[in-house]
Amino acid sequence: MAGLEDLYREIILDHYRNPRNRGELECPPAHRSEGFNPLCGDEVVLTFEMDGDTVTDLRVGGQGCSISQASASMMSSAVIGKSTDEIRDLTRAFKAMMSIHEESIGGDGSEALDGASDAAGANDGTLRLGDLEALRGVVKFPVRIKCATLGWNALATGLDETVGAS
Amino acid sequence: MSARVSPEIDGAVKSQFPLLERSVHGRPIVYLDSAASSQKPAAVLDAMDDYYRTVNANVHRGAYEIAAAATELMEAARADVARFISAPSADEIVFTKNATEAMNLVARSWGGSNLGPADAIVLTEMEHHANIVPWHILAAERGCEIRWIPITHDGCLDLTDLDRLLDGAKLLSVTAMSNVLGTLNPIPRLAAAAHDAGALLSVDASQYVPHLPTDVGALGADFMVFTGHKMCGPTGVGVLWARMELLDAMPPFLGGGEMILDVTKEGFRPNTVPHKFEAGTPPIAEIVGLGAAVRYLEGLGMDAVRAHEVSLTGYALRTLTDRHGDDITVHGPSEPAQRGGVLSFVYRDVHPHDISQVLDQSGVCVRAGHHCAKPLMRCLGVTATTRASLYVYNDTSDIDSLAEALDEVGALFGR
Ligand SMILES: Cc1ncc(COP(=O)(O)O)c(C=O)c1O
Repeated sequence: MAGLEDLYREIILDHYRNPRNRGELECPPAHRSEGFNPLCGDEVVLTFEMDGDTVTDLRVGGQGCSISQASASMMSSAVIGKSTDEIRDLTRAFKAMMSIHEESIGGDGSEALDGASDAAGANDGTLRLGDLEALRGVVKFPVRIKCATLGWNALATGLDETVGAS
Repeated sequence: MSARVSPEIDGAVKSQFPLLERSVHGRPIVYLDSAASSQKPAAVLDAMDDYYRTVNANVHRGAYEIAAAATELMEAARADVARFISAPSADEIVFTKNATEAMNLVARSWGGSNLGPADAIVLTEMEHHANIVPWHILAAERGCEIRWIPITHDGCLDLTDLDRLLDGAKLLSVTAMSNVLGTLNPIPRLAAAAHDAGALLSVDASQYVPHLPTDVGALGADFMVFTGHKMCGPTGVGVLWARMELLDAMPPFLGGGEMILDVTKEGFRPNTVPHKFEAGTPPIAEIVGLGAAVRYLEGLGMDAVRAHEVSLTGYALRTLTDRHGDDITVHGPSEPAQRGGVLSFVYRDVHPHDISQVLDQSGVCVRAGHHCAKPLMRCLGVTATTRASLYVYNDTSDIDSLAEALDEVGALFGR
């Protein structure tokens, strides 16, 4: 039985209470991407600056539940200074961690499929995810997975639009 | 504090709802989401079970014993529902899938044959999407205009400009009770204003019929819709009531079996009302279940149901405020007599999703989200609310559990 402590880990609450890289960069030169969860109204607005292939700065705006906002905050700390390829790898590892395993119930089937195809990446992902690991417990609360992945999906879309899908 | 709120409705009611015996996360369930869907009493479950075990056959088309019995049961339920809302005739009761389908029927059938580019429909800012989107669809198709009655800061309709909004309108469609704010709207007054302006009144009574004694004549409605699963009945059945002249003049909604008198290669002749609007095999067991739900509520007495909820709503408002003070704000009218037992609240600055997640660990079921009322959310300046809603089986212990569980929310998210 999943307990609340699996979901609301201290580091998550810390990012929720003290969000990192909060705000907005001027566009242009920054790029902008939004994520919106129509089900619960969670909203993440990302603005980020690129230098060549590297995300040099990123700010998080928007509003929503602790999981969506903390996850976006943790993501911002993890991706600034990284190349688009590194960020895509990280995104894949994070989404694999967020995939519903067979014993879990409910949730979004398509998300589960996405993750399952990346299951191999989950293990080496563990090594690199660092603080993001704290979000692992979200998987036990399937309705909240969409909250945790909101910022990551917005970033993936934003990078694709900026650099072009590869 | 005594656990008894009204002399008529007491703890015995709770024990008539089998689901309420279960626990959640090892705690007794505290069900506070009846505005989304109510629990079902054993009387309803038994009626549906008996139907399937002893009567089950398709209606209207069989001469044999059990087919006739099924038809009789279904038509008896129609009479039960008519009596429950004081409809002049059971033939004015049209069974649909839910309130949403009933409102779509009104928009498609009546709206489709009565509204054109020069026409206006008046809605309010507190409507459920079920009373918005069918009109958006129609308006986009026909080019008619939608006007909106605004709400005041305390969540009531702002009727200052009512006459201007109704001027030249063909229909006013309004909720009798808000599913977010609990606000009870002045339906007889709105009916008089609409009729004075030459408009008809359609009432979304999804949150009203389950909770208050209902008399369609006294309300002054021309159309009224509601849904079985919010009134102790099963999912899968809803009701449209409308005045017979209107139903008579309206074209069919869906086509198929049951709704015809004759079909040729050239065309069809529609059946009489209400069958004209009931294409295909109806949800017979669900209709039987709805009949049982209506008789169950009549057994409690709708005056007693309303008295219980007014009293419990008052207790809830007092308890939440006493315990949580400025940390909690309840949307909507502050006077229990002017509202139903729907309590949307803001607790500190904790997001509704987080509140409902934490409450769930204590077995407390409340809903977090936009409650299918996004225009209202925008008016309130929020993206979501946390909503606790009451019904006959709730008592003061449920409110106490909610108030206590909120402490845990505070402890976890306190800044
Ligand atoms: C005010 C109101 N209208 C309409 C509906 C729609 O009911 P249903 O989904 O059963 O059609 C609801 C409930 O969700 C409601 O609260």
